[in-house]
Amino acid sequence: MHIPDGFLSAPVYAAGCAVSGAVCALAVARANRNLGEREVPLLGMTAAFVFAVQMLNFPVAGGTSGHFLGSTFAAVLLGPLNACLVMAVVLLIQCLGFGDGGLTALGANLFNMGIVGAIGGWLLFRALRAILPRSRWGFLASAGAASWAAVVIASAICAGELAASGTYPLRVALPAMAGVHALIGIGEAVITVAALSSVLAVRPDLIAAWDRTAKLKEARP
Amino acid sequence: MTRRVWGFVLAGLLVSVLLAALVSPFASQAPDGLEKFAKDHRFAEKGEGRAAWQHPLMPDYKVAGVRNESVGTALAGIAGTLLVFGIAFGAAKLLSRRRAADSEPVGQK
Repeated sequence: MHIPDGFLSAPVYAAGCAVSGAVCALAVARANRNLGEREVPLLGMTAAFVFAVQMLNFPVAGGTSGHFLGSTFAAVLLGPLNACLVMAVVLLIQCLGFGDGGLTALGANLFNMGIVGAIGGWLLFRALRAILPRSRWGFLASAGAASWAAVVIASAICAGELAASGTYPLRVALPAMAGVHALIGIGEAVITVAALSSVLAVRPDLIAAWDRTAKLKEARP
Repeated sequence: MTRRVWGFVLAGLLVSVLLAALVSPFASQAPDGLEKFAKDHRFAEKGEGRAAWQHPLMPDYKVAGVRNESVGTALAGIAGTLLVFGIAFGAAKLLSRRRAADSEPVGQK
């Protein structure tokens, strides 16, 4: 879903850069105050994992492929704002190092593929977490469903950006993009659940969202 | 405590490098959701030859000059994964160091 240069009009890519820039500034300020010794190497590892798995396109219906985004996974592991930093590094290097995604579209791409999953996906994960059983399976199902939804929402926003730029009308772009990404999102959910359950098996204490639920449990009388 | 985190981090990095090296040559070459939509609806050419950044190190996730395409992709995957790790780790280190410097003069914690 990396938008190249030329698809977005100047107002749309400028707005993308402004919004993503503001979120990154907030994430940097927050990291400045809160980033602990443990999170530093973990943040690097998560970025490396997201980059590596984003290379692994899997086929979906009709001669189309999709790939992992990883933003909801990163948010569950590290917290939403740290996940924004992870996605910013990944997308910046993909753009400058590998020519994937346009430089003018970097803000829009970071919003769609990073911030939507990191913040929106994380909020959805928290909401599902409150409804579903407070077990390992409830945790993984919440993360999987939230990551699927984040991919579909990101594709709908991408369609909106194309429409706002006058590149393609929304009534065609929205169902087409959301439809194929409903399938790609299944791959996202499978990878998110597999990766989180691996971490859960060896180091549950390193998962930010798990830590918090564990603490809540202890605090109960 | 930090050492135990490093064991996990290095294992995770190893898994990532192996995925990038060994699985990426087998990744689907089909266009992704957005590319396919752009092709089917004939606006893909809007993005051709318009790149604002003309000097990517490894265009198309391939190391230039390597004859075997799979090897070129695997090498680009390894290089990219390590580069991303280095830059994300370095950036996080700088941010957390500034925090440590800020809190030192206060003399608390």
